[in-house]
Amino acid sequence: MPRLYAGALTLGMAAAGLSLSAHGATEIAWWHAMGGELGNKVDEIAADFNASQDDYVVEPSFRGNYSETMTGAIAAFRAGEAPAIVQIYEVGTATMMNAEGAIVPVHELMSESGQDVDPGAFLPAVTGYYTDADGRMLSMPFNSSTPVVYVNRDILDEAGVDAVPTTWQGLGETLGRIVDSGAAECGMTTTWPSWIQLENFSARNDLPFATEQNGFGGLEARLSIDDTAAVDHIQRLADWQQDGRFDYGGRFDDAAPAFYTGRCAMLMASSASLAGVRANAEDFDFSVAPLPYDSDLVDTPQNSIIGGASLWVLAGKSDEVYQGVARFFDYLSSAEVQADWHQFSGYLPITQAAYELGQQQGFYEQNPGSAVAIEQMTGVTPTANSKGLRLGNMPQIRDVIEEQLERIFNGDVSAQDGLSEAVRRGNALLERFQQANG
Amino acid sequence: MATFQRHRVTPWLLLAPQLAVVAIFFFWPAAQAMLQAFYVEDPFGLGRTFVAFENFARVLASAEYYRALGITVTFSAGVALGAMALALLLAVLADRVIKGAGAYKALLIWPYAVAPAVAGVLWGFMLDPELGLISAGLGALDIDWNHQLNGGQAMALVVMASIWKQMSYNFVFFLAGLQAIPRSLLEAAAIDGAGPWRRFWTITFPLLSPTSFFLLVMNSVYAFFETFGTIDATTAGGPGGATRTLVYKVFEDGFIGYDLGSSAAQSVLLMGLVGLLTLLQFRYLERRVQY
Amino acid sequence: MRYRRRGLDIASHALLILALIAFCLPVWLAITAATHDQASLYTGTAPLWFGSEGLDNFRAVLTEPVGRLGTDVTRLLLNSTVMALGIALGKIAIAILAAYAIVFFRFPLRRLCFWLIFITLMLPVEVRIMPTYKVAADLGLLNSYVGLILPLIASATATFLFRQFYLTVPPELLEAARVDGAGPWRFLKDILLPLSTTNIAALFVIMFLYGWNQYLWPLLITTESDHMTIVVSLKRLLSSADNLVPWQTVMATALLAMLPPVAVIVLMQRYFVKGLVDAEK
Repeated sequence: MPRLYAGALTLGMAAAGLSLSAHGATEIAWWHAMGGELGNKVDEIAADFNASQDDYVVEPSFRGNYSETMTGAIAAFRAGEAPAIVQIYEVGTATMMNAEGAIVPVHELMSESGQDVDPGAFLPAVTGYYTDADGRMLSMPFNSSTPVVYVNRDILDEAGVDAVPTTWQGLGETLGRIVDSGAAECGMTTTWPSWIQLENFSARNDLPFATEQNGFGGLEARLSIDDTAAVDHIQRLADWQQDGRFDYGGRFDDAAPAFYTGRCAMLMASSASLAGVRANAEDFDFSVAPLPYDSDLVDTPQNSIIGGASLWVLAGKSDEVYQGVARFFDYLSSAEVQADWHQFSGYLPITQAAYELGQQQGFYEQNPGSAVAIEQMTGVTPTANSKGLRLGNMPQIRDVIEEQLERIFNGDVSAQDGLSEAVRRGNALLERFQQANG
Repeated sequence: MATFQRHRVTPWLLLAPQLAVVAIFFFWPAAQAMLQAFYVEDPFGLGRTFVAFENFARVLASAEYYRALGITVTFSAGVALGAMALALLLAVLADRVIKGAGAYKALLIWPYAVAPAVAGVLWGFMLDPELGLISAGLGALDIDWNHQLNGGQAMALVVMASIWKQMSYNFVFFLAGLQAIPRSLLEAAAIDGAGPWRRFWTITFPLLSPTSFFLLVMNSVYAFFETFGTIDATTAGGPGGATRTLVYKVFEDGFIGYDLGSSAAQSVLLMGLVGLLTLLQFRYLERRVQY
Repeated sequence: MRYRRRGLDIASHALLILALIAFCLPVWLAITAATHDQASLYTGTAPLWFGSEGLDNFRAVLTEPVGRLGTDVTRLLLNSTVMALGIALGKIAIAILAAYAIVFFRFPLRRLCFWLIFITLMLPVEVRIMPTYKVAADLGLLNSYVGLILPLIASATATFLFRQFYLTVPPELLEAARVDGAGPWRFLKDILLPLSTTNIAALFVIMFLYGWNQYLWPLLITTESDHMTIVVSLKRLLSSADNLVPWQTVMATALLAMLPPVAVIVLMQRYFVKGLVDAEK
């Protein structure tokens, strides 16, 4: 009768809320939005963790893009079938952290399971985005990127330009030379327009994006992009759109092909695009430069802010599962795993140790351009304006902003009018969020 | 109509599957939409607040809603009128060349089978700013085509893709309608000295009006709902919201913004709007059934 | 035929052929693009003639997992087939029965049932998308064939068409059957269904196309590749993070997505046209 006994035991365990895999380890579901190559790497990380111990099995599952993954996780939570870990993009942060009762903050999870986390081990510019007002971590940063500039060296040589300017003022002159000399028909283009040209422009030049410390101070935060120098910057791009120094290439990373085909001399894009640029820029030499700053606004630039996503832990699981999640996060933040992930993908390492390990390995010397993003994030202390954004309904707010940017660049409205409209509609969304979560 | 009498249970057995599906997937969700429209709820369903008509008030007070309504009307009118005018022209031509009308019908009917989303992708490729054949041709004419930035061009793109798919449907009906017109009428008019142009406007066109009205309703329904795939796969409502129709807005607010209350309120408003449209269609269908 | 003119005839043919060419152009460009490799595509404008790859792109998407989708297109085609057949057959089956009850029986609440069913004609799934999604989630139907199929069966288009057809059945048939002592089930099986074969075929074509070409509903309720349909997969292929859009792959997939419904419409054209025109009467 041993088989019957085993069956009864499994049943009893299941009733006690334990899910057991074939060899008696606790299963931990991890939903993510990493398709293609990155998805294979995620599978590899999970497999390595599973092989490193016998008590837990992490099971990654690809759930479509960021938006689909988040919607799916919310629906699953409502249906009582949520995963233990879900990857949520940075604009979903406010929605997640305000869902008390649906999430388990990472700092709680770690302290309850006896994993001591040393906050000083992390890069503040990366983890700051995901900490509460007291500096405690709410979610585990996983794939954080920041904007950099990719430059087509061949076009610059043809136009007789040596160095890539570090300021917007210098960039304007350089792009003018490129376009006037006929070296390229388009000076620069940008991916993720709101993230790079407004969210990051504000942080880098120490301008507030919203009140209440960009939303870190509470749900009363309202947008302020229409009464800072960000308006002048957007107007500058709108003017450049007219003379070819800038060419709008769409939302998300739709603009990348214009750089790959050599139509545009420069591309502002995520640091995590490095692998894509390397794969697609076959016919020309390229280099990576830091995101420019505005010399009219600051003497030295602030750090840029991050994009990408972090890992959130959902409520309603057993203690065993949380023990396992804590073990897995500990593994995930180890220097070896972080360095490997960062070097493979172009995402930032979340700890100082992983960066140092890469330096010891000589990775940055062998891979020019791979350290630009990290250097841009470290060496300065984040201010209230450069810690990140914590705004409710941010996915929609970003949509509203992109919509207005399109109208501005198309010449339908001025930068001031367009951004004022974005603020008006964005604030309505913030009020709504406050109402639903206040 | 002769009927079965004295069967109490049989009709209910026959109706059971249809009624069950309709109850679970139609009436229950519709009731939920009605209910949800009066609440503000967080995405995770942890708490909800009753706000009475505030969701409706908010929607009806927002400029974006009217903009989406205007875009829906523009888009639907463009698709319906474009697809019908083109189909009528081709049907009249095919009807003229009696030999071969069937062959043209066979050769023109297949786009109807193409999914709206696929139609969008095919047209998106032809007008792709980097690679598109048509955008290159326009570039040669000094027209700078970039539907990622220019709202008017984006609208033109989704309208053309939608017309391309819908044209054949209208063609089938117009051809059937034309072939039902008695030849003797046209011959008599010809003997009286009416040219082709006058014959069309005085005889053919009035006789086609029932077909035209039916098609107008069907094309509007198509443009309203079935083109979601075309829009999502090509312009995703952009640029600058230029192709955000009412249906797209319901989807965006609900599934990207998690604003369940507002999305439900918009659903209810749409139901009213569509109810009106369909009532027209239904009465019309019923009337046609009588004779 | 005194009023015909040769010159006009030739002009008509010319215009029609021009229209045919214009309508085929998007598909032609898709076919040529699908036979190129990415590098040759991106050297300039979309090619008007075949490239060097032949059918390799098709073979690749059908047999190897496509990046970003996590599965091969064969699986997507299977999912779409299951969904389209499920919707077509399911709709027809419940419609035959429900219309039969409404036309050939007299029972209390008959009018009410009629209206309850036909009011669904008014509201396509797109209008009540959020709450329907919620219901499907509550019933645990996300990422399942049942969830793909059932909600799309809920509208009564087919029921309406069968009702129209049954109303044209001569009453003598029923009288004769009753004299022979046939009950309702036998009448349905031996007389009504054989009479309906053409209608069933016509409806099958229309409903198969409807099911195959669905977009919004499958987009929402399938988040895993093992239930994704081919039409929905295109959007994912187009949003190629940080890479050039692999148009040759997109076009090969788009052509495969078109092939089954176009084959159905071409092979069953007679029924399709009949079904369309009947639907209008």
